[in-house]
Amino acid sequence: MMDDVILKVEAITKTFPGVKALDDVSFDIRRGEVHALVGENGAGKSTLMKALAGLHKPDSGQIVYQGVPTEVAGPLDARQKGILLIHQELSLSPELSVAENIYLGAWPTNRFGVLKKRELRRNASAALEALGCGFGPDVRVGTLSVAMQQMVEIARAEAFSANVVIFDEPTASLTDTEKDQLFHTIRGLKARGVGIVYISHKMDEIFDITDRITVLRDGQVQGTVETGETDLNHVTRMMIGRTLDSFFVKAKPEFGAEVLRVDGLSKHGHFRNVSFSVREGEVLGLYGLVGAGRSEVVETIFGVRKADDGKLFWKGSEIDLPTPRQSIDMGMALVPESRKEQGLVLMMGGRENTSLPHLRLFSELSLMNRTKELATFEKYRSALSIKTTGPDQAVSQLSGGNQQKFVLAKWLCADPKLIILDEPTRGIDVGSKSAIHKLIAELAEQGLAVIVISSEMPEVLGVSHRVLAMSEGAVVAAFEEGNMSEENLIDAVSHHQGEAAAA
Amino acid sequence: MGQTINGLLRRHGLLLAFLVFLGGVAVNADAFLTLGNILDVLRQVSITGMMALGVTFVVLTGRLDLSVGSMLTLLTVIVVDQHNVAGPFLAIVMTLLAGLALGAFNGLLVGFVGLNSLIVTLAMLSFLQGLVLFYSGGSNVNIANAQETWFKVFGRGDFLGLPVPVIVFLMGAVIAGFVLQFTTFGRRIYGVGGNETASIFSGIDARWTVFWAYVVSGLTTGVAAIIMGSRVMGAQNTIGQGYELTVLAGVILGGTSLLGGSGSIWRTVIGISMLGFIQNGLLLLGFAYYVQWLVTWAVIIIAVWIDLGAKRGRIFA
Repeated sequence: MMDDVILKVEAITKTFPGVKALDDVSFDIRRGEVHALVGENGAGKSTLMKALAGLHKPDSGQIVYQGVPTEVAGPLDARQKGILLIHQELSLSPELSVAENIYLGAWPTNRFGVLKKRELRRNASAALEALGCGFGPDVRVGTLSVAMQQMVEIARAEAFSANVVIFDEPTASLTDTEKDQLFHTIRGLKARGVGIVYISHKMDEIFDITDRITVLRDGQVQGTVETGETDLNHVTRMMIGRTLDSFFVKAKPEFGAEVLRVDGLSKHGHFRNVSFSVREGEVLGLYGLVGAGRSEVVETIFGVRKADDGKLFWKGSEIDLPTPRQSIDMGMALVPESRKEQGLVLMMGGRENTSLPHLRLFSELSLMNRTKELATFEKYRSALSIKTTGPDQAVSQLSGGNQQKFVLAKWLCADPKLIILDEPTRGIDVGSKSAIHKLIAELAEQGLAVIVISSEMPEVLGVSHRVLAMSEGAVVAAFEEGNMSEENLIDAVSHHQGEAAAA
Repeated sequence: MGQTINGLLRRHGLLLAFLVFLGGVAVNADAFLTLGNILDVLRQVSITGMMALGVTFVVLTGRLDLSVGSMLTLLTVIVVDQHNVAGPFLAIVMTLLAGLALGAFNGLLVGFVGLNSLIVTLAMLSFLQGLVLFYSGGSNVNIANAQETWFKVFGRGDFLGLPVPVIVFLMGAVIAGFVLQFTTFGRRIYGVGGNETASIFSGIDARWTVFWAYVVSGLTTGVAAIIMGSRVMGAQNTIGQGYELTVLAGVILGGTSLLGGSGSIWRTVIGISMLGFIQNGLLLLGFAYYVQWLVTWAVIIIAVWIDLGAKRGRIFA
């Protein structure tokens, strides 16, 4: 049985200033298995993977690769040894061709250093064909979709005959169809004896594709279990050290007056003829795959984008399409899709981030009122139990969940009437996730109108009173209490895609 | 103990190196640490320093302003020329208004049209130099009644033993620092510089914020031009040449990030003063004028390197 183990991590410890990121971590990867690595944010998954790919040098412990203690000098060295890391953020050069990207940094050259183009193309074609990619080696990578770009990275596994492939959140920006293709590819790699490490927050995927699960918590291995012999509850308990009684809490369905109505909102090339309304106390879910136009719609309502056509009604009366400033002053709040790019100024602390959208409320005669800022900061720090060392600790140093809580704080502190949450739990740990679900219910019960965008079906069904399904820029179906189910949602979205393809 | 010294070196290594340099110069040049010399340095620093205050606003938004060198020349020519035509008071008003207008023009192109700030202000640097020659017809201008005019107080006067330009600079620094730290405008500057997209999502109009940063830069250059005109009592066509780099050097040396969002006025005051003392020290040690430039930029590269190295924990990328 020992021969089966292709790569073994033995007692690795890695400390960063103030944190023990990995504490005596051991685990092994067998040939032809998919091995899940799960844990909350900050549990040490990324550090472990970076140690395997040679991006971090461990303080102690060793990596035994094919039975030999091995030092990995860097990503390229790892790749040439047959260990391939496929990152959350893809490491491709958009201006180069597919072939050049597959061999990025390891191009075949003659002895004068001139690129052997024909050999490069031939090898790349072979790798692409083995994976069944629908594109050739000469395409410029920048013109490919995210899913196709991921295939280019996976093609490296073929090109370098990788023995170990590590996937870090590979499905974060894939549609369901693309995900199925990816899983097909992963099963192909597996059948050829490649050992695969699969890191993900999405539990359904983990139970779908993996053979074993190793759980990390606070830099320590909590245990490795056979996927077939465990269940979600058990794994979750290992991850957070307690069970979650219920993942979702739905607000009591007591609705007041209409807060926002959208009528025929259109933006050429993004979405068309979108109409819906949301009432006080109501949670409206917007479900759809990435690229369905959900974010574009809410960003247009909020005023970050401009619409071509359509009307907005705020509390019953028609308004011009607002600027973000006007939206905020009316009582609208948008928790955007990407908290690092759109949600927070990372080098500012929680105090300054919280007051940023409401500088007028936190100032008199343009002078900032620091006392008021601090009071608000403290209020939300304890209300949302945000872990931070103080009001001016840069939010870049916080975990994803705590960052997201500051994004919520910055909107909640001005008592909005409508709050739009775009993928509010993406990439955050299970504990923070359920805290945010609970908060959504509380807000609705306090009389706020809430719009939740999510591509996680259980989430959108679990928190919403009504759900709209969007596909390719249009609202294709609406569901209410009686007919809200995963099947109906899938039907609506996929049926429509079939229609669009036929048309 | 060892760790404390290490941490100190890392955080204040540059300042310590600077103090060592000061000590070295003081030992070798008796005149260096005299009150007269120190006041002279500060008097020189007050012009670049005044400009650097405004440029700090621009750099904090994540943009550059390289036009301030020619802008200083043009505004100095204007204040001197108009002093002879319209009198000192109107000359000052016109200079400040011209500074505001030039800043607004930069701000319009960068903030509202959305052009790259390096290109816009580099073009302005060249364009304004041309405008200077156009305005002055190629000849230098001088203040006719240099001995009598009260205008001389800005560059040459003393108040309570301190040179008036130094007082003006320090007052400007206090106001600028106050604006950045305590007002909503300051907060918007840091917000836009730190993360422009997130600021727009927070309802901040990044276009106006950038626009006003350039207006501030134009205004402080106007004040600098008044000090310059008053000190020289005339204006050559090249009087501000190279100032844009000195100013930027001071801002960078202080540690304000060119990426925007991080830095402060007191950093700029320290950076630009260090630069002044380094250049003065080199002169007193008998080095030729051009050595200043070699040393200045070597110091800046090393300073930025130390800073980056400490942040990422490695010397090389």
